[in-house]
Amino acid sequence: MTDYTAVDKIITSYAATKTPLIYVLKDVQKEYGHLSEELLTRIAKKIDIPLSEIYGVATFYSLFTTKPKGKHIVRCCNNAPCYVKDSKEVLTQIKSYLGIETGETTPDGLFTLEFTSCLGLCAVAPVMMIDNEVYGNLTPEKAVAILKDYKVKGSSNA
Amino acid sequence: MHRIHILVAMDAHTISQGARSVKDALVKEVALAGLADDVRVVETGSLGIYDKGVVLVIFPDAVYYVGVKMEDVSEIIAEHLLKGRVVERLHYLDVPSVEGEMGEKSARICKQERIVLKNAGVIDPESIEEYIAQDGYEALGKALTEMTPEAVMEEVKKSGMQGRGGAFFPTGLKWGFAAKEKSDEKYIICNADEGEPGTFKDRLILEGDPHAVIEGMALAGYAVGAHQGYVYIRGEYHMSIARVKRAIEQARAHGLLGKNVFGSPFAFDIEIREGAGAYICGEETALIESIEGKRGEPRNKPPFPPSVGLWGKPTIVNNVETLANVPQIIRRGAEWYKGIGTAKSPGTKVFTMVGNINNPGLIEVPMGITLREIIYDIGHGIPNGKGFKLAQLGGTTGGILTSEHLDLPLSVESLREIGAGMGSGALLVVDDSQCVVGLVKNFVEFFVHESCGICTLCREGNGRLLEILERMTSGLGTAKDLQLMEELAQTMTRGAFCGLGQAAPIPIIGCLRYFREEFEQHLDKKCKTGKCSFEAADQAAA
Repeated sequence: MTDYTAVDKIITSYAATKTPLIYVLKDVQKEYGHLSEELLTRIAKKIDIPLSEIYGVATFYSLFTTKPKGKHIVRCCNNAPCYVKDSKEVLTQIKSYLGIETGETTPDGLFTLEFTSCLGLCAVAPVMMIDNEVYGNLTPEKAVAILKDYKVKGSSNA
Repeated sequence: MHRIHILVAMDAHTISQGARSVKDALVKEVALAGLADDVRVVETGSLGIYDKGVVLVIFPDAVYYVGVKMEDVSEIIAEHLLKGRVVERLHYLDVPSVEGEMGEKSARICKQERIVLKNAGVIDPESIEEYIAQDGYEALGKALTEMTPEAVMEEVKKSGMQGRGGAFFPTGLKWGFAAKEKSDEKYIICNADEGEPGTFKDRLILEGDPHAVIEGMALAGYAVGAHQGYVYIRGEYHMSIARVKRAIEQARAHGLLGKNVFGSPFAFDIEIREGAGAYICGEETALIESIEGKRGEPRNKPPFPPSVGLWGKPTIVNNVETLANVPQIIRRGAEWYKGIGTAKSPGTKVFTMVGNINNPGLIEVPMGITLREIIYDIGHGIPNGKGFKLAQLGGTTGGILTSEHLDLPLSVESLREIGAGMGSGALLVVDDSQCVVGLVKNFVEFFVHESCGICTLCREGNGRLLEILERMTSGLGTAKDLQLMEELAQTMTRGAFCGLGQAAPIPIIGCLRYFREEFEQHLDKKCKTGKCSFEAADQAAA
């Protein structure tokens, strides 16, 4: 049974904000990791918006997720400014190192690989973002070295 | 009183290269060297130098150092600060903005004219006092004490400034529509949902000079009779959000936002709204839907936001760069502003130079500059001895420019004539090793990802375009594919619901116009750049 205390608290904290749904979803996702059906149902009841509408919003924006994800989210940019600096090779190498395709999570639950649209760091393209950290001037080797670092840190924490 | 200031650029580019630890080391070692009373270490916004690692500048000498690492800090202190000698191996001469006693001028300075970036990299963006010291909030004070709202609007109208979000609609005219509306509430929205690939001007303005945007919003509010503003910032822009938040708090504390701005009866306040990852929310009505907590899908127009906008009230949506221009126009007058740029496109434009270019980054130049000046003088040309193939101006929906356009003065009117536009100001330079069909496929992949899906032409049209391009890049394309692609692209420009779907095929149309033979070669399984692999097609044929 999910503990809804945090959800209720988040909703109360936005009582003074007009149309706060996106903020509520953001904070709930931060607290629980992902926006499960139970959580969305609870939010719908509490702020009196139909569940269908809330589900629509939760699946529209790329920063929201309704499914559990890995511990680290790797977001690779392949927009044109990164593409002309060979981001495709970087992405291919990352996929083969992690053994997953874009949109998937590694079996150990450590990494989820996603696309991101332009992060505005094109002067140091190609770039990727891991959680909130950005990494620029990537080469296939450099990208793998960075992921290795996370892997070492990840397993030592466990 | 500090004799020397060290400004460390703190933007997302430099932070990703370790700027924070260098700054901390500087503070520590300055204190250890007993210089704490003489030397002040300050965080500033972008200094306009990119891909060169950690960047800092020492004043009053105006000496720029790039690629500074932790282990260089003690040398800079020992040599530069104590002995007055420049550390040559880190010294950088191609500096973007300011001149000092020891600094030298470069093409990058001479060609630039800074209005919206005048404070970026000069002041500490987290200090309202430093903004005020650079004549900050003077325009707002002048407006509230000496000018009527009509006079403020008239000044902006007279300046001829056009919106810098990409559509170049006259800002004063837009304000006029909202000012005419009778309503108990009106809103000013700053569109900081920067997502156009290759564009990072708004982020660097917000990170480098957030108060200029706040002042511009307050002026807009005064002119049209609005009392509440919203800054809609991309959720991924963590540092912009933090800096704007801080700036709003400081402005409130100084009585520059709130119930009685500057002690006048005018009330204006600002709230931040964060995006959640959707390119389409840069479209103004989709942005409004998103603030209302809904899916960011564009609305039918008309009615336009200045009549019916946020929560049904008259609303002005202006881009960050537009708003950052406003205080300067009010302070220095419309005539001054009209003296910069071309007759029909007054002012400056902030460009971001990206792609295959030696010196990428952000520049602010007068309208009317040529592509050649930007790419070769300011951008130092194309790396690795390669040639210029094409440039895309204005982001992924931008038009295509080729070598025949290198000497075209860039202005809204000259670009319109050749079916291009200035758009967001992103200038993607592409060298001759790139395959144009592969590049177009990359553009379309982006639109497939970012189409919001409400209209068939954009949702299905981009999907079909991608299928065609996948066939072409793998050697399975036919002459019929090429014809279909052309027809579909034209239909989308006319029939899609919003600006995204209408603009998405523009680069395809441009590439077909200038590089048609390359598309045709792919139908014969030939890619002169060697980027496309036709193995699958060969196997299928065998």
